[in-house]
Amino acid sequence: MSNWSEVVALEEIPQLGSRVVKTDTMNIAVFRTASDEIFAMKDECPHKKGPLSQGIVHGTSVTCPLHNWRIDLTSGEALGPDEGCTNVFPVKVENGMVFIDLKVVQTA
Amino acid sequence: MKDKLVLVGNGMAGMRALEELFKHNTTDDKGSDQYDVTVIGAEPHPNYNRIMLSPVLAGEQIIDDIILNSREWYEENNIELITGDAAVEISRVKKSVITESGKEFPYDRLLIATGSNPFIIPIPGADKEGVLGFRDIHDVDVMVQAAKDHKKAVVIGGGLLGLEAANGLMKQGMDVTVVHLLDSLMERQLDKPASSLLKSSLEERGMTFLMETSTAEILGDKRVTSVKFADGSEIDADLVVMAVGIRPNLELAKKAGIHCERGIVVNDTMQTFDPVIYSVGECVQHRNECYGLVAPLFEQAKVAANHLAHVGSTRYIGSMTSTKLKVTGIDLFSAGEFNEQEGDEVLQIQDVASGVYKKLVLKDNVIKGAVMFGDTMDGTWYFSLMRDATNIADFRKTILFGQHDLGDAGHGESTMVMSLPDDAEICGCNGVTKGDIVQAISKNGIFTLDEVRAHTKASSSCGSCTGLVESILASTVGEGYDATPSKKAVCKCTDHCHDDVINAIKEHELKTMPAVREFLEWKTPDGCAACRPALNYYLMAHWPEDYKDDLQSRFINERAHGNIQKDGTYSVVPRMFGGLVKPDELRAIADVCDKFDVPEMKVTGGQRIDMFGIKKEDLPAMWKDLSDAGFVSGHAYGKAMRTVKTCAGKTWCRFGTQNSTGLGVKLEELTWGSYMQHKYKLAVSGCPRNCAEATIKDFGVVCVDSGYELHIGGNGGIKVRVTDLLCKVETEEEVIEYCAAFTQKYREEAHYLERTAPWVERVGLTYIKDCIVDDEKERLALAERFKISQKISQVDPWKARAEGQDAHEFTQLKIAG
Repeated sequence: MSNWSEVVALEEIPQLGSRVVKTDTMNIAVFRTASDEIFAMKDECPHKKGPLSQGIVHGTSVTCPLHNWRIDLTSGEALGPDEGCTNVFPVKVENGMVFIDLKVVQTA
Repeated sequence: MKDKLVLVGNGMAGMRALEELFKHNTTDDKGSDQYDVTVIGAEPHPNYNRIMLSPVLAGEQIIDDIILNSREWYEENNIELITGDAAVEISRVKKSVITESGKEFPYDRLLIATGSNPFIIPIPGADKEGVLGFRDIHDVDVMVQAAKDHKKAVVIGGGLLGLEAANGLMKQGMDVTVVHLLDSLMERQLDKPASSLLKSSLEERGMTFLMETSTAEILGDKRVTSVKFADGSEIDADLVVMAVGIRPNLELAKKAGIHCERGIVVNDTMQTFDPVIYSVGECVQHRNECYGLVAPLFEQAKVAANHLAHVGSTRYIGSMTSTKLKVTGIDLFSAGEFNEQEGDEVLQIQDVASGVYKKLVLKDNVIKGAVMFGDTMDGTWYFSLMRDATNIADFRKTILFGQHDLGDAGHGESTMVMSLPDDAEICGCNGVTKGDIVQAISKNGIFTLDEVRAHTKASSSCGSCTGLVESILASTVGEGYDATPSKKAVCKCTDHCHDDVINAIKEHELKTMPAVREFLEWKTPDGCAACRPALNYYLMAHWPEDYKDDLQSRFINERAHGNIQKDGTYSVVPRMFGGLVKPDELRAIADVCDKFDVPEMKVTGGQRIDMFGIKKEDLPAMWKDLSDAGFVSGHAYGKAMRTVKTCAGKTWCRFGTQNSTGLGVKLEELTWGSYMQHKYKLAVSGCPRNCAEATIKDFGVVCVDSGYELHIGGNGGIKVRVTDLLCKVETEEEVIEYCAAFTQKYREEAHYLERTAPWVERVGLTYIKDCIVDDEKERLALAERFKISQKISQVDPWKARAEGQDAHEFTQLKIAG
């Protein structure tokens, strides 16, 4: 069973930017790309736990602000020669609102 | 249905072109999304690093170390690989390539990278067993085998390749005689003094030379037994290596009717006279030049790949090359025109006892060529000055002593990388050792600094070890390392360099980021974390009144107006003009710290107070309190004007001259709030004792009794550089005018992330003096433009955010679960 939870209006996430969502267990970074695609992942770089939400978003990837690792927003995997992965969570946009599947977050 | 691309020649140039082509793949698949690729190689091996055959011969590396692309790599990239079956015919009518075994491969596009063949002198006996060139793995195998059963080797040719072969054979235990036609070794790379130093150093190692000797005949039955010379003399030989030069391998192209001269003639997009047939590498003749070194081949490969991928905006316009001899323990470097012509000037040092020789050939204070022996540490530096055509007038007196003598009290001697042990730490930021770097280079077949950065993280943080990493790279891959591309691309999204971008923005009045990317044919739709901040800055600096700052193209520190710390909290540093502060203000800071539970405070080197450990969501409220107490942002987090440091000043100090502290405050009021390519610091000292350390600042003022000395281009930090004296002025008004003009000059012309120190070294002090000191009109115009820009940027970002601007940046969302 999924557990879709409303988070924020799409409009309130800047294009090529992100918002941070605090849950009971972790911070989730919600990204919006130039083409209004939405991605959610644990706000922690697989390298040294840098807050990915604070990085620069380009294409469908984000560059971590601490040591410039590039993380693929679709898979959560580090790009290029770096290796590592962070959790990604299902998201959907309905009527201009962004939802995250909490079921997956809780079991992560 | 994809087009068919056939590559004839499974060597470094051709494979590099394929690798470049694959970078254009926009799908998730590996290989090319535009072509089905077939590679036809005559040798039975996958692609290997031919430059490293010398160390293999010398027993310092093994074949596996020098394989660049494994067979798995070809598979992963969906390449059909044919090895050990040479292409023997190209049918341009049928558009197909036929191999020795009779197989036929049709193509839509063909890439010829057949390289070159060693030139075998046509003398009697040249076909005997034991006579060979030095070109491929097979040759090395034969030589290593010969060394086991035989003793005497003769190498014909005292050039780069010949000497490397001779050294290798000597290491394999053979007695080696090098026969050279001319009177000096490596005459194409070295002048006579360097050449004779090289000769004696090789003789010390046991090599024998026969100079000005011409080979007449090779004697023996089936196998060579001796070599006979033109003067009738003779020496014993069990092995003869001919290394007198290479000839582009044209046969296949010629047979197919493709226009050839000395090499296969290509245009600037690497196309032969048949436009569906490309050619790269040693087989090519471009603008009347044939290249035998690897750096140019890589530049050609990139251009050919771009054209094959239909993103052909780049052209190959020829290369400048440098040479290093890969004989362990012999340091030798040569570049450009090292033999002076009439009208050239020569700088040189010769220390025979310690075996050091350096020579630079100059014309109008620009380096035309360099030869170095014994100490080649600064080879890459000279080479980059040469390629950039930098005017060296300002440091001509000390240039021969090397870059570390250039006002740099930094690493100096410790930069002798070759003598460092493998566990020596090179990159202090990321804890990367020399061994890590060398291993990454050989394991991954790396040739560029960017790749080393990607694989090891060395030199990817503060950058202070870049020179060291470049030296390691150069010594590990030999001349394959392309030290200073003539144009260093901004990032992987483009082939254009910073100057191209700046000029385009100015000349074509590009005022938005998409406009810049479109005009310069960016490869990515919205850039990357490297180019976006740069473009955003350039647009802001050139069109302050028209361009709207893009928050999402700023690093987090500048977006959140605080320094992100490693735990994700921020630090807050309010501005204290000239370092002056009042009791009320200190009280307000103390109150703010109590209210927000600030865990630690510190007095900074820039004469103000840093408050650490602030949660992001608390920032606006904290800024409000600080703003109410009269503080503005200190921009301690930005590529921006940071502080103006001052000393005690005339009011209190018995040595003080002028109103130095007051001037510091005025300069800070003039410059605060302005964004730059990098951090930018000022200082004003009240006397030449210089307590404010003005001579290691971007712009420093030293007050003297008769006026003000203005100093530029200094910095502490990574690599200490002492300022250059710009000029001396008499009034405060002049100080302010010069400061504004210099600051704006830097803001408009330096590259993003380039501090004033490297910028001044790059463009030369003379150039800056010409604009700021000698050209009053230019100075006033620059100062005026700075004023216009400041009108817009002197808005306190903290106050604005305390009042609600960009609230989303500082508000966390919450959900239960």
